[in-house]
Amino acid sequence: MLQINNLHASINGKEILKGINLTVRDGEVHAVMGLNGAGKSTLSNVIVGHPAYEVTSGSITFDGKDILSLKPEERAREGIFLSFQQPVEIPGVSMVNFMRAALNAKRKYQGLDPLPAGDFLKLMRERRKIVELDSRLTSRSVNEGFSGGEKKRNEIFQMAMLEPKLAILDETDSGLDVDALRIVAEGFNKLRTPQTSAIVITHYQRLLDYLKPDVVHVLIDGRIVKTGGPELAAEIESRGFDWIKAEIGNSVTPL
Amino acid sequence: MEDKNKFVREVAEKKYEYGFTTDVQTDIIEKGLSEEVVRLISEKKQEPDWLLQFRLNAFRYWLTLEQPTWGHLKMPEIDYQAISYYADPTQKKQSTGDIDPELMKTFDKLGIPLEERMALAGTAVDAVMDSVSVKTTFREKLQEKGIIFCSISEAVREHPDLVREYLGSVVPYRDNFFAALNSAVFSDGSFVYIPKGVRCPMELSTYFRINARGTGQFERTLIVCDDDAYVSYLEGCTAPMRDENQLHAAIVEIVVKERAEVKYSTVQNWYPGDSEGKGGVLNLVTKRGHLRGANSRLSWTQVETGSAITWKYPSCVLSGDGSQAEFYSVAVTNNYQQADTGTKMIHIGKNTKSTIISKGISAGKSQNAYRGLVKVASTADGARNYSSCDSLLLGSQCGAHTFPYMDVHNETAVVEHEATTSKISEDQLFYLNQRGIDTEEAVSLIVNGYAKEVINKLPMEFAVEAQKLLGVSLEGSVG
Amino acid sequence: MKAEKQYIDFYQEVRFRLTSRSPEEMNLQREEALRTFAAKGFPSRKVERYRYANVEADFAPNYGIQLAPLSGTLPSHCFRIADAEPRIRALYNKVADTADSIVALNTMLCVDTLVVHVPKATRVEHPIQISNVLKGEQDTMVCRRILVVMDEMAEADIIITDRAASGNRFLTNQVIEVVMEEGAHLSLYEVEETHLLCTRYSNVFVRQGKNSTLHHSNLTLFNGHTRNRLDVLMQGEGSEVTANGCVIADKMQHVDNNTLIEHLVPNCQSHELYKYVLDDSAVGAFAGKVLVHEGAQKTSSKETNANLLATRTARMYTQPMLEIYADDVQCSHGSTVGQMDETALFYMRQRGIDEKEARLLLKAAFITEVIENIPLESLRDRLHVLVDKRLRGELSKCEGCKLCK
Repeated sequence: MLQINNLHASINGKEILKGINLTVRDGEVHAVMGLNGAGKSTLSNVIVGHPAYEVTSGSITFDGKDILSLKPEERAREGIFLSFQQPVEIPGVSMVNFMRAALNAKRKYQGLDPLPAGDFLKLMRERRKIVELDSRLTSRSVNEGFSGGEKKRNEIFQMAMLEPKLAILDETDSGLDVDALRIVAEGFNKLRTPQTSAIVITHYQRLLDYLKPDVVHVLIDGRIVKTGGPELAAEIESRGFDWIKAEIGNSVTPL
Repeated sequence: MEDKNKFVREVAEKKYEYGFTTDVQTDIIEKGLSEEVVRLISEKKQEPDWLLQFRLNAFRYWLTLEQPTWGHLKMPEIDYQAISYYADPTQKKQSTGDIDPELMKTFDKLGIPLEERMALAGTAVDAVMDSVSVKTTFREKLQEKGIIFCSISEAVREHPDLVREYLGSVVPYRDNFFAALNSAVFSDGSFVYIPKGVRCPMELSTYFRINARGTGQFERTLIVCDDDAYVSYLEGCTAPMRDENQLHAAIVEIVVKERAEVKYSTVQNWYPGDSEGKGGVLNLVTKRGHLRGANSRLSWTQVETGSAITWKYPSCVLSGDGSQAEFYSVAVTNNYQQADTGTKMIHIGKNTKSTIISKGISAGKSQNAYRGLVKVASTADGARNYSSCDSLLLGSQCGAHTFPYMDVHNETAVVEHEATTSKISEDQLFYLNQRGIDTEEAVSLIVNGYAKEVINKLPMEFAVEAQKLLGVSLEGSVG
Repeated sequence: MKAEKQYIDFYQEVRFRLTSRSPEEMNLQREEALRTFAAKGFPSRKVERYRYANVEADFAPNYGIQLAPLSGTLPSHCFRIADAEPRIRALYNKVADTADSIVALNTMLCVDTLVVHVPKATRVEHPIQISNVLKGEQDTMVCRRILVVMDEMAEADIIITDRAASGNRFLTNQVIEVVMEEGAHLSLYEVEETHLLCTRYSNVFVRQGKNSTLHHSNLTLFNGHTRNRLDVLMQGEGSEVTANGCVIADKMQHVDNNTLIEHLVPNCQSHELYKYVLDDSAVGAFAGKVLVHEGAQKTSSKETNANLLATRTARMYTQPMLEIYADDVQCSHGSTVGQMDETALFYMRQRGIDEKEARLLLKAAFITEVIENIPLESLRDRLHVLVDKRLRGELSKCEGCKLCK
């Protein structure tokens, strides 16, 4: 589904990603772990086409299509969804108008007619339940006055509405209490199909306990330095990252 | 903290303490203003012809102008023919080069020691009384670094090329009525030149004093800070208590080159007039800095407590890309004082940034206005301005006014302005009263807290003086 | 004095036609108005309140002047001035700033006055709609005069719309005088949807009595050159005013809102919110002064002006002013000029929304705050639609007009 080859990217002239290679197949959940500043959020921003980041070399293909030349909205319509680490508040834009614009843009891209208003509202109601999002919130402006947990739930709600093929969860667990984390994670699991994949960016094991990743990557200083199964996440949880750094230090300096 | 309270209380009990006069023999020219007077001033100062022509051009232009009326001020009629435009208190001993002991005493009394051994650590002083610079300290030490710090009269004699290059280049004589007047008759003031790459090792300070009766002071300050240089400059002012108004129309010009930084701090404590509004200095000043070089910085910090009328807008022209300017101001008015003060930030270069923090405090029957302009030219991509203008009212008969102007011609600019006006918080006063602090002192404490953001920008020695002044100026304003 | 002369000459020429068609209350004011106008002429930019206008140029073109009195059936509570009660007629030109030469010009040349009079303790259920449709074969100047009198505890909503039905030049000179007695409630809405060749000078003067509440919204959705002045005199304790405005301008449009709110007595509240979205080479100006007189204690006032610039050639001048002579007050103003929130823009694009559509949604969202302040629900809904259409460039254009494309 997603193929990243030797990806280099920088912001304001500073190189953050220094050669990322990553392949995500249909139905897989990949976890990306690493310390602050390792480049985790940069990776997710580059995949979705944030204009502040410049890709200096390498490639990203999605379902065989080169997406680097696509605009952010086109990548979204191809089926890539980012659950933002800090979802922005957009006063004055109602959730309903926002979701309708997004959903219909995708439908148009797929050659479908806009969803009739009644069906759309019904879909909103259904999907809201998946993350137990209060109707009070969906009648407000986008994220305006939402608590941290509500914002994260709102992200998963939007994911439920847009039904992406690839979801990127950027520290969706940060700022969530245990119950909210469970609701978000269970909501996410309900939406999974054998065709949908996910990249989960996190510092901690706890979200992964729910999401059960197939592959775990460790990102240090702009490179994936170690890849393993779920047991790697558990090991990081108990031992931290230093041992991995030491491992790299002992090996031949990677390119 | 307790010491500070005591300190504030002590000074709060004092009246205007700089109101004495100095009895020195002063060479004053006849009252009145004419081309002859302009020529006479130039002659007394033995100026070169180009400077005489500069003065004459300014004078002729001034004749075509009318005094501006746009300020939120009730200006008494100024009779420009009833003022003497030149007063020299150093005349007596000029031949020997020594300073009259009376003058030394005066500056001592003002806390401005002219003897270098007595000086505040790390401050070089240029003392100006009436029209003439009395003494500049630490000159030799500064000279070692190539820094020029002297009176502008000396600079004209000794560094004519520098003066000629920069004089009037930031504030042209055509700028406004008072700028034209100053350019015609300016007497003395300081000249500073910091060469490339030099950080001035001490604070430079000018102390202005009006002494002689019926004179005006028209000083002129010119500061040039070359590439990568730095200077912090302080200006202090006082005047004796006299019944009539004294006119003070100064010009300060600052040129800041690439990556250079200038900090200009003023504590203005000209005589504000008595509690009936009689007398006091009319402080009508044009101050402007030109940030010519890329990434240059300029900050104006002012504490304005004196003068019967203040008309003053220290401004910045941000031409250099990435240049940054700041304006921090506290203006206190009491009794019948009137202040119309603020700044202009003119953004021309790309990614220029300016900050305006203004705190007005009005008491008695005074009027205190902030007036400011933020202009973003179409060339100033990425310009940023933040302005915050707060007014505090201490009394029901005073006025606090805010007149900001914002002209934005570039879509990438972000300009933000906020202002609030409110009275001193009853809750805060009561809280302090309950802790045993009397109201007057409580007010002084609250006002000092309110002004802290600005006071903190002042160099240490000045900050203490400024705090004292806030207490004194507000004496009797509550209760 | 060239621009002024054509109006003075015209007045001299039609004086008798005017006076024969108008009631005494109007005629008695004309000569004084002529003297004011002749003496002062059109204000230059040096006059502080006209800093951002170009009055002489706006009035210079040779316009035909409409001299028709009001006709047709008027809605309830609305009268031609000649049919109003004498005490109401007597209020004519008593609230307006008669020293202003544009007001004077209106007083000189106006033929009729629409009076809206809501009697004591009367609540007018349906909004009173006054729609002005500019139409004519030739370039036309319209002098419009409205007098609104709200008696004690009276309540009403008034919606005034300006539209143009033909593509020639129009110049509107409008004066609205409003007197609000104790406890009166008035919502006064003005919506302008004209075209690029329309110039509008609107002067609204309000006197508020004790515990009265005024809501004023002024929405400039499409125009040529517009200058809106609003002066509110809060004369009765406990009164409250909300002044709202929004401007959507592009091409070469010019919109200048100039407000003065005077707190004369204690315990009054004023709120102002003006928002501008400027595109292309549009020029916006906002100057709002809140003047708190001596003794007007416990005044609370908040003024906000926020502006969105979409291009380099658009310009915004903003000048929020506080002039305060009382100490026990809570007054603030804020003013911002900026551009769209790039983070929000990206967020929307990540959800698949076109950049263009996302920008449009954000512009509409920016204006929404002003519309949401409008108490009248039906108007609110209508305005949301109008704003959306305006931003999409689909605003219903006048028939046969090719100007606004």
